[in-house]
Amino acid sequence: MTAARVAGYGRIDRSRKLGFTFDGRTHLGHPGDTLASALLADDVMLMGRSYKYHRPRGPVTAGSEEPNALVGVDRGPGRYTPNLRATTIEIHDGLKAESQNHFPSLKWDFGAVNDMMSPLFAAGFYYKTFMWPKSFWRRVYEPVIRQAAGLGRPPKAADPDLYADRYAHCDVLVVGAGAAGLAAAEAAAISGAKVMLVDEQAEPGGALLAEIRVEIDDAPAQGWLAARLAALNARANVTVLARTTAIGLYHQNLVGLVQRLTDHLAEPPEGAPRERLWRVRAKQVVLAQGAIERPLVFDGNDRPGVMLADAARTYLTRYGVRVGAKPVVVTAHDWAWGAAVEMARAGASPVVVDARDTVSSALLAEAQALGVEALTGWTVTATHGRLRVKGVTANPVRGAHVGAGRRLPADAVLMSGGWTPTLHLHSHVGSPIAWAAEREAFLPAQTAKGVRVAGAGAGAETWADALGEGAQAGAAAAADAGFDAAARVYAVSEGLKPTGRRMKEMASHLPSSRQRAFVDFQNDVTAKDIRLAVQEGFRSIEHVKRYTTSGMATDQGKLSNINALTIAADALDKEPPQVGLTTFRPPYTPTTFGALAGHAKGKLFQPTRRTPIDPWAEANGAVFEPVSQWRRAWWFPRKGESMHEAVLRECAATRERVGLFDASTLGKIEVVGPDAAEFLERIYTNPWRKLGVGRCRYGLMLGEDGFIRDDGVIGRVAEDRFHVTTTTGGAPRVLAHMEDYLQTEFTDLRVWLTSVTEQWAVIALNGPRARDVIAPFVEGQDLAPEAFPHMSLAECRVCGVPARLMRVSFTGELGFEVNVPARHGRAVWEALWAEAQKHDGLAYGTETMHVLRAEKGYIIVGQDTDGTVTPDDAGIGWAVGKAKADFVGKRSLARPDLIARGRKQLVGLAVEGATPLEEGMQLVDDPAQPVPMTCVGHVTSSYRSAALGRPIALALVENGRARMGETLHAPDPALGPGGARSAVICSPVFYDPEGARLDA
Amino acid sequence: MLLIHCPHCDEARPEIEFAHGGEAHVARPLRPAEMDDAAWGRFLFFRANPKGMHAERWRHAHGCQRFFNVLRDTRTDEIAASYLTGAPRPDLPSAPRPDPEAAAAAPSRPEA
Ligand SMILES: [Zn+2]
Repeated sequence: MTAARVAGYGRIDRSRKLGFTFDGRTHLGHPGDTLASALLADDVMLMGRSYKYHRPRGPVTAGSEEPNALVGVDRGPGRYTPNLRATTIEIHDGLKAESQNHFPSLKWDFGAVNDMMSPLFAAGFYYKTFMWPKSFWRRVYEPVIRQAAGLGRPPKAADPDLYADRYAHCDVLVVGAGAAGLAAAEAAAISGAKVMLVDEQAEPGGALLAEIRVEIDDAPAQGWLAARLAALNARANVTVLARTTAIGLYHQNLVGLVQRLTDHLAEPPEGAPRERLWRVRAKQVVLAQGAIERPLVFDGNDRPGVMLADAARTYLTRYGVRVGAKPVVVTAHDWAWGAAVEMARAGASPVVVDARDTVSSALLAEAQALGVEALTGWTVTATHGRLRVKGVTANPVRGAHVGAGRRLPADAVLMSGGWTPTLHLHSHVGSPIAWAAEREAFLPAQTAKGVRVAGAGAGAETWADALGEGAQAGAAAAADAGFDAAARVYAVSEGLKPTGRRMKEMASHLPSSRQRAFVDFQNDVTAKDIRLAVQEGFRSIEHVKRYTTSGMATDQGKLSNINALTIAADALDKEPPQVGLTTFRPPYTPTTFGALAGHAKGKLFQPTRRTPIDPWAEANGAVFEPVSQWRRAWWFPRKGESMHEAVLRECAATRERVGLFDASTLGKIEVVGPDAAEFLERIYTNPWRKLGVGRCRYGLMLGEDGFIRDDGVIGRVAEDRFHVTTTTGGAPRVLAHMEDYLQTEFTDLRVWLTSVTEQWAVIALNGPRARDVIAPFVEGQDLAPEAFPHMSLAECRVCGVPARLMRVSFTGELGFEVNVPARHGRAVWEALWAEAQKHDGLAYGTETMHVLRAEKGYIIVGQDTDGTVTPDDAGIGWAVGKAKADFVGKRSLARPDLIARGRKQLVGLAVEGATPLEEGMQLVDDPAQPVPMTCVGHVTSSYRSAALGRPIALALVENGRARMGETLHAPDPALGPGGARSAVICSPVFYDPEGARLDA
Repeated sequence: MLLIHCPHCDEARPEIEFAHGGEAHVARPLRPAEMDDAAWGRFLFFRANPKGMHAERWRHAHGCQRFFNVLRDTRTDEIAASYLTGAPRPDLPSAPRPDPEAAAAAPSRPEA
């Protein structure tokens, strides 16, 4: 036993034991333990395998920056979470955790063969190796890489957990409840400001939770912390949230928080949400994210048992776990000496290897007093051991000369390269950072409005500085939020300010090419890879990052970025600020999709809009399809019928007798006012001034660029009132387009626009018997063809309720559209339906509607057009009022490229064979030409035509209208190599080209 | 998420309530037919796209449905003013640039 729990240390509750399993083996821990601390207490150091080389790895840190100790936690079916950091998982009774990225076991892993072949896997390996032969990429390389890549395994079942979300506002939000954050929160809270203090850990306190030697205000740090937290929690104006990670800082002080609610509980309450996403809008933000210790870069620095010095100190002082009996402390910074001293006090026999020639005499004296051997001006050139470090080779350094090595036995290696201020959230809003030469670190250069950085993140190196600067930031934030605030001063007993030296790789007699000195542990990037990238010509740190993948793992380079930068800068012979740091982006730590999705999943993902007639369709067995946010009856199958059979039957019945169609989803806009006609005149291509009251006209809308945006029938209800219809999906867009011109361009017009889509239920009746079906119910309007011809509109009564009756057709048959107030929609539908039964009529769905309109060559905007189609392209140039001086889009219709020859034009296709073409198929003249072929068009609509008894299609084809009768081909890989369908170009009007049936 | 002040509602509301409407002060020409192709093309397609203060249109789509203009610094996303459509652009200087040394150390963009 080398790592073990020791008496007299830690905040854990030793009176209670918690049972959990790791890789199937049962362990016991205590409340207050993390998975990592509890495993270390049982002398388990090996916790995972690395991503690329499958090297054995143990924890490097004691916090959320952990790159190595990634585990999966199984909370039952659908509740498996991979890639959690063992250093942040709170243990509870029954916790089931397992290691990842190995086969067959953590100790014996076939993937480790990658490690032996590591010379092959240097930076850029994938880019260089998998280029040729080209065909090998899809068949060989990609499947193998996909099999080998990735950390952990995703859960297969749908996530059954509930995720909550909440909005909040406060005066001062403090991120991080360490010394600086607590002082900031306290200063702001006393002023009366509404304060939120959030911290990612299970308990607030940050690094103070591991501080046992310092006194604050004459009280031991732990007691002071408890008292400050109690005081904050007692205030009504303060909210303290633990287990809450500030994942991102966004515009104008919007902060995203993810609060973990139940994962730490052995038995979560039934129905309790797992996590909660907070969106907090804070008047002022204080970022007190602290700092992260830097690893040192030396050969074998990833062996299990090598960890950061402060992590080892934290395991001891916070969790009561001494990670080794014979630790070797490798450092270039004073901080690690404190860890060595603390380990010695706990009974270990540390040796300190400090790269610096001179170290303060106070440190040396303290170490000597505890019997700690100190080697200053030495380096470490190797570590030994396989699944656990057994020793290191330390060498004296004299100038550039690395002397003969001395083997030191070691069961743990504690390293420290100093501290990197955590500036992630600061950087999220694009705030600049600047290199502080004396601190050898990047610090905030200019913060965003209403944002302050305090504590170790701003460069503080002592508790007194962290507390003092925190209090000042908190007071200043509260003052800016309008409160009378003052910063207090804290009395702290502590030693000298620690200093250190920033290191590239540690000195070695071996060249970097012969060392396995890791920079990014999670992505297995070594110092050699960084130097190789520079040698191969990469200069920007962003390019070095992408070429080597350093900093691109789930930890976003929290440990590695500054070492990668230091080594790249050295290779480039530049200073760090000249090379720059890569950008941090949200989230700060990996975040569940569940938390981000919240309630917006399943049925709540988006609203389902239903028409008043929808319940009838459902009761009558309709199959539904989503159309924008509506659900629409797609077809009405009879027993045993396929979709194809049902649609043929619906088409035939409508053409031969009568069909009812629920058209309520049509967008409807009431355009009212003395200038309504003039407004439509400017918005639509057609002329409207002379349209008589009681008449309808097809309206075509363009964008200012001349391309079709929407269409629909518009009826004039009164001199100053129009009933405008739009496509189902286009209604909001059309209203916004109209409002735009009305509010910002045509401000001289007195017009008002009202969306009435949901106010009117619309029932379309089509077919030769349509008039017979509707006539018995209509009062106040003569339906005789002369009295109510095609494209008429009347305000009358249908089934006794006020109605707008239109004689229009989207099928080519005699057609009526009955608009009635939505609340009467279902009753009117049922009355008409009963009447239709007498004529052997039926109800049809959207599929039949599509077939019938395509047989007539009527376009659907958004299906037969794609935003680059002009009226002439679509064959509806007749709808453009040539005599009009202006309308939206008119000038663009004369643009050279819009009148150029060779534009794609809408045509029909008489398809050869019995099956329809696929919509979207590309069309070519010669299917035997080599790939890439020259495409001359594509299929926009394709159906089986009941009326014609064969498949038809609409297509956009270059010069299509001049190519009637020519044959085109649609390459179809499904038919085998070189396979293609063929079709003959024809008029898009397949059925009743004279339009005689409209007047039946 | 931006916090945008709607001058019609006289309230700062979250960005999710609004729809962006492109550059402001691009008036539709009164007589398009008299414009040559180049001039019309400039009106249609060419926008200032400044790095700095940008006058842009927003519509309070999930509120009052009305258009208005905003001055936003595209480098910091700071909104300096919001004002009614048709009103002149407020004469505000661009926010001061960060000092060059700090800018050199600033995180570079873009990133995957
Ligand atoms: Zn508004």
